[in-house]
Amino acid sequence: MSSSDKETTIVAFCCIYCAYAAADLAGSMRLQYPSNVRIIRTPCTGRLEVEYFLRAFENGADGVLVAGCEEGSCHFKEGNLIAKRRVNYARKLLAESGLEAERLKMVNVSAAGARLFTGHVREMAETVQRLGPSPLNRAKTRVQQEIKP
Amino acid sequence: MIVAERKSIPELLDMLPNDSKILVLGCGTCVTVCLAGGEREVSIISSALRIASKARGLGYEVSELTIERQCDNVFIEQAIEAIEKVDVVLSLGCGAGVQAIAERFLKKPVYAGLNTKFLGILEERGVWTEKCSQCGSCVLHEYGGICPVTRCAKHLLNGPCGGSREDRCEVRPDRPCAWQLIYHRLKNIGQLERLEKIEPPKQWSASLSGGPRVIIREDHRI
Repeated sequence: MSSSDKETTIVAFCCIYCAYAAADLAGSMRLQYPSNVRIIRTPCTGRLEVEYFLRAFENGADGVLVAGCEEGSCHFKEGNLIAKRRVNYARKLLAESGLEAERLKMVNVSAAGARLFTGHVREMAETVQRLGPSPLNRAKTRVQQEIKP
Repeated sequence: MIVAERKSIPELLDMLPNDSKILVLGCGTCVTVCLAGGEREVSIISSALRIASKARGLGYEVSELTIERQCDNVFIEQAIEAIEKVDVVLSLGCGAGVQAIAERFLKKPVYAGLNTKFLGILEERGVWTEKCSQCGSCVLHEYGGICPVTRCAKHLLNGPCGGSREDRCEVRPDRPCAWQLIYHRLKNIGQLERLEKIEPPKQWSASLSGGPRVIIREDHRI
């Protein structure tokens, strides 16, 4: 884990039927991945609304990963496809608001895809590292620095 | 219902003054159904404004409220307290809603967060289409319930222009030719003879061309 990973946070919304199980499997397999990822278990990525992604950034996330089932294998038939459209809309809103759209990304992982999952997390961590902390957090850090004795 | 579409965030940022308390005010009627200005959209737009404010240092303080109907004083009452606490109101109501709020709060700037588009229906999930131009003198009975004033790009009242291709409008190829629809509809209901009637020139003075309209019902006035 690099020093900038320590300063950033990635929120990963993981579908219980696939990506969450893959993350679990990654643990069982002792696979390493950046520890600044915070996993939120969701019943299906189709349950996630646009405002959930925006709220994550408002509350300090530097990157948000939405991990759903592979297309065609959603437990609820099309939840992941709904999520894909919502993520695309939220990316547009983020870009309009002044945040890089790449900070929000949707990926598809099966329950057996532990290596794929860790790869996606690493990729997201690299993206966040390249972009630096979210401008929302940079403002906060600046204020915190200013009030330091 | 009235169909509207959200303005982009940069457009809103241009409009809203820096370092101000903003109330994003939604409307629970038409614009909720067309997914432009209901409670959910209020939440999304507010969140986007807060993000933009933090990212660009604009100093917004954003609060949220959605009332049942912005175009009705009875419901506007419920927003008085919230509106009095802020510097400006960003209304996610239709044009009528924005003006109703502005008329009620004389010293409060009220901005339109939506572009009000048309009177239409939800045709399929995520698709709204225009059906009525509010021309003020309805002729739908003559055309099997399909409005040539609105749905024919050339507003023709006495037959098709002849430019349609494969039942599609030549002006908007993504839309069906209204006259094709009128013909099939009248045929289905056995009223094709209506097409033989010549429709006289339309009285556009009943539309907005005659100036802003008002309806007065003496039997309902107090």
